[in-house]
Amino acid sequence: MNSSKRMLTILLALVALQWMSCKPKGASNAAAGGSAEKAYVAPGKYDEFYNFVSGGFSGQMSVYGLPSGRLFRVIPVFSVDPEKGYGYSEESKPMLMTSNGFVPWDDLHHVSFSQTNGEIDGRWTFGNGNNTPRVARIDNKTFRTAEIIEIPNSAGNHSSPFITENSEYLVAGTRFSIPVGDNQDVPIESYKDNFKGVISFISIGKEHGEMDIAFQLLLPGVNFDLSRAGKGPSHGWFFFSCYNSEQANTLLEVNASQRDKDFILAVNWKKAEEYLKAGKGVKKQVRYAHNTWDEKTHSAKHEIRTEVTVLDPAILKDICYFIPCPKSPHGCDTDPTGEYIVGSGKLAAIIPVFSFTKIQKAIADKTYDGEYGGIPVIKYEAALHGEVKKPGLGPLHTEFDDKGNAYTSFFVSSEIVKWNVKSLEVLDRVPTYYSIGHLSIPGGDTRKPWGKYVVAYNKITKDRYLPTGPELTQSAQIFDISGDKMQLILDFPTIGEPHYAGSMPASLIKDKSVKIFKIDENQHPYAAKGEKESKVVREGNKIHVYMTSIRSHFAPDNIEGVKLGDEVYFHVTNLEQDWDVPHGFAIKGALNAELLIMPGETQTLKWVPEKVGVFPFYCTDFCSALHQEMQGYLRVSPAGSNVPLSFSLGKKGADAAEKPASK
Amino acid sequence: MKKMLIVFSFLGFVYACNNETSSDKTSGTESTTKTTTDNGNPSYDPERGAGKFTNVDVKPELDKVMAEAGLKVYDVKCGSCHKLTDEKLVGPGWKGVTTRHKPEWIMNFVTNVDEMLNKDPKAMAQLELCLVRMPNQNLTDDDARHVYEFMRKNDGVK
Repeated sequence: MNSSKRMLTILLALVALQWMSCKPKGASNAAAGGSAEKAYVAPGKYDEFYNFVSGGFSGQMSVYGLPSGRLFRVIPVFSVDPEKGYGYSEESKPMLMTSNGFVPWDDLHHVSFSQTNGEIDGRWTFGNGNNTPRVARIDNKTFRTAEIIEIPNSAGNHSSPFITENSEYLVAGTRFSIPVGDNQDVPIESYKDNFKGVISFISIGKEHGEMDIAFQLLLPGVNFDLSRAGKGPSHGWFFFSCYNSEQANTLLEVNASQRDKDFILAVNWKKAEEYLKAGKGVKKQVRYAHNTWDEKTHSAKHEIRTEVTVLDPAILKDICYFIPCPKSPHGCDTDPTGEYIVGSGKLAAIIPVFSFTKIQKAIADKTYDGEYGGIPVIKYEAALHGEVKKPGLGPLHTEFDDKGNAYTSFFVSSEIVKWNVKSLEVLDRVPTYYSIGHLSIPGGDTRKPWGKYVVAYNKITKDRYLPTGPELTQSAQIFDISGDKMQLILDFPTIGEPHYAGSMPASLIKDKSVKIFKIDENQHPYAAKGEKESKVVREGNKIHVYMTSIRSHFAPDNIEGVKLGDEVYFHVTNLEQDWDVPHGFAIKGALNAELLIMPGETQTLKWVPEKVGVFPFYCTDFCSALHQEMQGYLRVSPAGSNVPLSFSLGKKGADAAEKPASK
Repeated sequence: MKKMLIVFSFLGFVYACNNETSSDKTSGTESTTKTTTDNGNPSYDPERGAGKFTNVDVKPELDKVMAEAGLKVYDVKCGSCHKLTDEKLVGPGWKGVTTRHKPEWIMNFVTNVDEMLNKDPKAMAQLELCLVRMPNQNLTDDDARHVYEFMRKNDGVK
């Protein structure tokens, strides 16, 4: 008893030391013993939450279980993925097409879930592509990317894809303001005159979730950063943090920190809708890609769209308002009641909390502090509910529990601070290891948070894990927040650099998860539904192999008569109708990847042989005791040779003699 | 502190042991093994197999419509692994299968593969020969009945 008390004292002292020194030190004092069982999920037992985590510069999204931290799946979104053939199969290549052509990588920062009445409804997960501005929709039934839309007039799609409480819209605010319009070949120095910051509102189809750019707002050339939709009373509004109100274009770490306050932009999107209906929008010619995946044909379709409607809030005065926010604000988070908007200045030593009611009153009373780029600027004090004083260093993001408390991440002082939204009083703080960026509470950005865990997504893990060369993994840390004090219960490595993440109860997804694709619903034009339909067809120099796979063979497994100069298309249909029995397909020397074909699905690998010879192919995903026998050969003959096109399966010596493969 | 640790590890050990004893019930992929059957028969009936089919109504003469539908299912889902002769491919040839097993057994096997392969003696013996677990091809009840009728046709029922 005595010793544990002493331990506690030491621990507290260490925590205090941590805070005072403001930089991460010694990892061994983390996770006081005895709390790990809270993260323990016994073998064979299910986790309580699905945790969808952004994969940062990996371009993918990963799915973990909470509280175990077990990795279940990496969903390919914006980057090619040889594990699943994503971006390599002929069917999936169109998903990564853009107005610039095929772009096999992006930088996925934030995830957002579809909502109904301000609560997570479990249908879709969205992610943003930062570099070549894109937004993707993932179907939570298949855990696959169902749609990707490119964002024109945008660069660095960072404040995205935040969603409204009935999934009316999600937003794509540009990080880099850029020249917009016909002449984009302008001097960079002319930033202040020629650069604009565009925010796109993407509508989401009620039934099937299809995305469409409903309208864009043309705004001053600042850098838009993070965003949150209003909810409850503030539904109909959107809030964006932005920095570089100095409109600098070089050495931003100095030049964009000149002003004491930057802004949060409040957007009345219901008003924008009215103007749109009244025909106040201007149609602009642009080019952007819209790509969709069809689960019936097992194929993606890529199309280019050419028009967006732009609204100008400097003319249509009552759409947008700036609210001053100290200093280089990053996070911009709306609490579950929808009344409070928490801004976080990266370089500020306070957290300002704004009141939606006060913002409305300030607008009604025109309590302005002039204009910025034609947009009214609300007086800071008129919008302010209050400030959290001395919370820590480098506040970034805030999530909320179900008891009126906020949890803010502090990058510089590496900690999470819990405070009360109404009273602005600091209640608790815990160190993170190290340099926390985003943090996430299940439903913490909705009207109904499950205030059970907060997960920290950290940028640095020095000293935490076995070293792996110059680069160390990023990590996430789970804290139990069900009591008064936050308690670290587990940390686990993540892929890429995790940015935002969301979690939802497993029950919202688990029983809707697709197990197979029904073979009789397969509408792929090259499907072979049954071995009887397997065949090899020559069309000019194109060879179409209608191939089937089932434990444990391909049909056909011997193919001859292919010649140099031919393009071979392996259309492989997986005949299995059983959960979790994909088959793979790979052929020697292919300048490509493998296929991974789900039960009932057809996927195509294009292969252009460059040498004469016999090329083996095989199944890459272990499927049965005879998986190693799941293989075949394809013979390539010189151009102009007279080897007839033939294919076979299971013919024995005597049968094969009937169809000699002659020269 | 050391004492605490010992207590903790002991608790953990006990917990793990408990877990082990309870987990053998849920081993295997599907539902747990019940010792009573639906009609109250206390023991497993190897003639009927495990599954929902307890009494299949089979007419002496062939139902041609059903057999025709069964052929279509065979072509898509069965033909890759089963020949219609007695030759073993991946799975056993179908010649004579309706004389070896009751209709209930066959229909239970094709719709409830995992459980059958885990506990039916005849199914397990067959797996020892083929070494590839039959894929659950997600046949509907009708599919299963049609395939059975097609098997009868293959076995010469007119």
